[in-house]
Amino acid sequence: MERAAAYENDLINLKATELRLGLPGTDESEKQSSRNNKRSSSEMDNSCEKDEQECAPAPKAQVVGWPPVRSYRKNVLHQKNESDLSGMFVKVSMDGAPYLRKIDLKVYKNYQDLLKALENMFKCSIGVYSEREGYNGSEFAPTYEDKDGDWMLVGDVPWDMFITSCKRLRIMKGSEAKGLGCL
Amino acid sequence: MAQSFPEDVLEHVFSFLNYDKDRNAVSLVCKSWYEIERLCRRRIFIGNCYAVSPEIVIRRFPDVRAVELKGKPHFADFNLVPEGWGGYVYPWIVSLARAYPWLEEIKLKRMVVTDESLELISKSFKNFKVLVLLSCEGFTTDGLASIAANCRNLRELDLGESEVEDLSGHWLSHFPDNCTSLVSLNISCLGSEVSFCALERLVARCPNLKTLRLNRAVPLEKLPNLLCRAPQLVELGTGVYSAEIQSDIFSNLAEAFLGCKQLKGLSGFWDVVPAYLPAMYSVCSRITSLNLSYATAQNPELVHFVSQCSNLQRLWVLDYIEDAGLEALAASCKDLHELRVFPSDPFDAEANVSLTEQGLVAVSEGCPKLQSVLYFCRQMSNAALVAIARSRPNMIRFRLCIIEPRAPDYLTLEPLDTGFGAIVENCKELRRLSMSGLLTDRVFEYIGTHAKKLEMLSIAFAGDSDLGLHHVLSGCESLRKLEIRDCPFGDKALLANATKLETMRSLWMSSCSVSFGACKLLGQKMPRLNVEVINERGPPDSGPESCPVEKLYVYRTIAGPRVDMPGFVWTMDEQVSSSLSRVTERRGD
Repeated sequence: MERAAAYENDLINLKATELRLGLPGTDESEKQSSRNNKRSSSEMDNSCEKDEQECAPAPKAQVVGWPPVRSYRKNVLHQKNESDLSGMFVKVSMDGAPYLRKIDLKVYKNYQDLLKALENMFKCSIGVYSEREGYNGSEFAPTYEDKDGDWMLVGDVPWDMFITSCKRLRIMKGSEAKGLGCL
Repeated sequence: MAQSFPEDVLEHVFSFLNYDKDRNAVSLVCKSWYEIERLCRRRIFIGNCYAVSPEIVIRRFPDVRAVELKGKPHFADFNLVPEGWGGYVYPWIVSLARAYPWLEEIKLKRMVVTDESLELISKSFKNFKVLVLLSCEGFTTDGLASIAANCRNLRELDLGESEVEDLSGHWLSHFPDNCTSLVSLNISCLGSEVSFCALERLVARCPNLKTLRLNRAVPLEKLPNLLCRAPQLVELGTGVYSAEIQSDIFSNLAEAFLGCKQLKGLSGFWDVVPAYLPAMYSVCSRITSLNLSYATAQNPELVHFVSQCSNLQRLWVLDYIEDAGLEALAASCKDLHELRVFPSDPFDAEANVSLTEQGLVAVSEGCPKLQSVLYFCRQMSNAALVAIARSRPNMIRFRLCIIEPRAPDYLTLEPLDTGFGAIVENCKELRRLSMSGLLTDRVFEYIGTHAKKLEMLSIAFAGDSDLGLHHVLSGCESLRKLEIRDCPFGDKALLANATKLETMRSLWMSSCSVSFGACKLLGQKMPRLNVEVINERGPPDSGPESCPVEKLYVYRTIAGPRVDMPGFVWTMDEQVSSSLSRVTERRGD
């Protein structure tokens, strides 16, 4: 039984280091009925609440398995929602920039629009796309990560196909992008 | 008296008994009836594959033609059961293959099915006819190829909403040219394109094909080709219901539907382009079952289409239908039995559509035959629930999901105890109930008092104390399945009602307050229950006995503890749990 005592100490220590809402010493389970209904705006708060909750990287924290929608259905609708008209935000990083930006791809009508906006946002010059040369000659080249996780050169596929498959953007230094353009 | 009837007379009489309940009752009358019945039982249903072993089944029923098995607990649908938990069908197939060479039907739900299993099925049963895989996983299209190639008399292949690893669409071409026996084909869950030519030829040569559910990859333009070759179809699941707006596509589609005089059920409608919905108007008046739950059409086109189906009995739809659409439904579809409204955007706290409790009230008041409801919404009131209960005392299945956990009555800010209380009190035939919103122990008191026919209850984020669970376990006489998540229920009610658990199929409790010690005690007290603790973070005995377990699954069984448990599942079997806790005192063996 001394083993149990040792484990109990470990558990207490573990609990002491646990991040959670509430005063130290209050028990997790007692808080369940008093949990408030409102979603707190801070992702940090939600992630402290209960161990069992998995916090999705998405902006809204989600309880596992709630609401009770089957994965099959979620996947089908998710595919659909991606081509919905509710905005398509993707992260944009630029080599050398201290932080990332986010843009809504739905806002742009075509590649020209998008590249111009990127040039403005990051104060860089991207140049003109050509099928053979990519963005060769430009200081920067825009690339994107597609649904399969591959890094592609922006401009190869029709615009509509691009916006549904683009997961994030990366503006690469021209020197690094040379390889892509030569394919 | 039992002895005076010759066996074959009794056997003939028993052949009219199709319900398991009846056959079970008959087998309890006397030993000779038990013997006669077991020799002539042809269909068996096993609601929990771990409740019994294949050997026990085969020993009792030597000549079975149809087997139905269910594996994982229901909450596996919502990712609450970790990967690798169990539900493997292969050992069953191996035993069934040996014992029942004339087996014709296998129906599985929430089981892990491998290509190996499918191949074994296809090669072991010469007269195999029906394969239904609902919410299963673990197999690829290669397994399907074996089924297609080897099952000469295949009548039904239904993949339900299974997760299939789609290696290629080529499997469909494995159906031999002389396969003409298909009556039902459901491939809607598959992602990749099957050869359209192969599909077309298959449909054309199966004159008895009544159900055809295509997958998303079948383009709309090609749908008429299939319909023309199968005008006898009763149930159709379209592929993607989207194409460029072209008049010839529309007219081909409309003409093809015109020819389908037997069509009663429709589903599919992925990426629906509303302009193409009117192509189906000629069949609408005969439609009794409509699944638009993947159709992201909005009003007015959506409600206009649904209202055309005056004989509708079952409607599954997204919340794009909104309250206004449900009001129209209530006015035009007086034969409605079942309504399911799914959320288009379940993870948004804000409502993206105007669907509230009003829609459900309207349908409950307007549709006298409504008996089965699944409804997702963002607000509810006691008044609405009371109105629903009073309008529909004939309700049998009532599943309400208010998206925000613990949401109170939005008008009074009170718990929804009164509302759900009214449901159980008025709806005396209620067999299934799922609750949500803010609920105290009081609602469980109502349930225990009134819900005498309730067989399945799902509870989430509800109750205040063990008293709640106690009301349910002690009051609900017909309870078979109880699933609970995130409720403050602990040891007391569970241990006090331990014997009740032997009268039920199963109990699931996750993120509750049941301690490891109580689980061990339950396992020791009740040898005919499997008490399984699921702890992904580590062994349950690495903390004190008072520590709550993450998840608990308790089910009755005559097969003893499982032998296929993964590392994160511990059984509280008497012998095993004592070795688990590594106490110095050992029980005498």
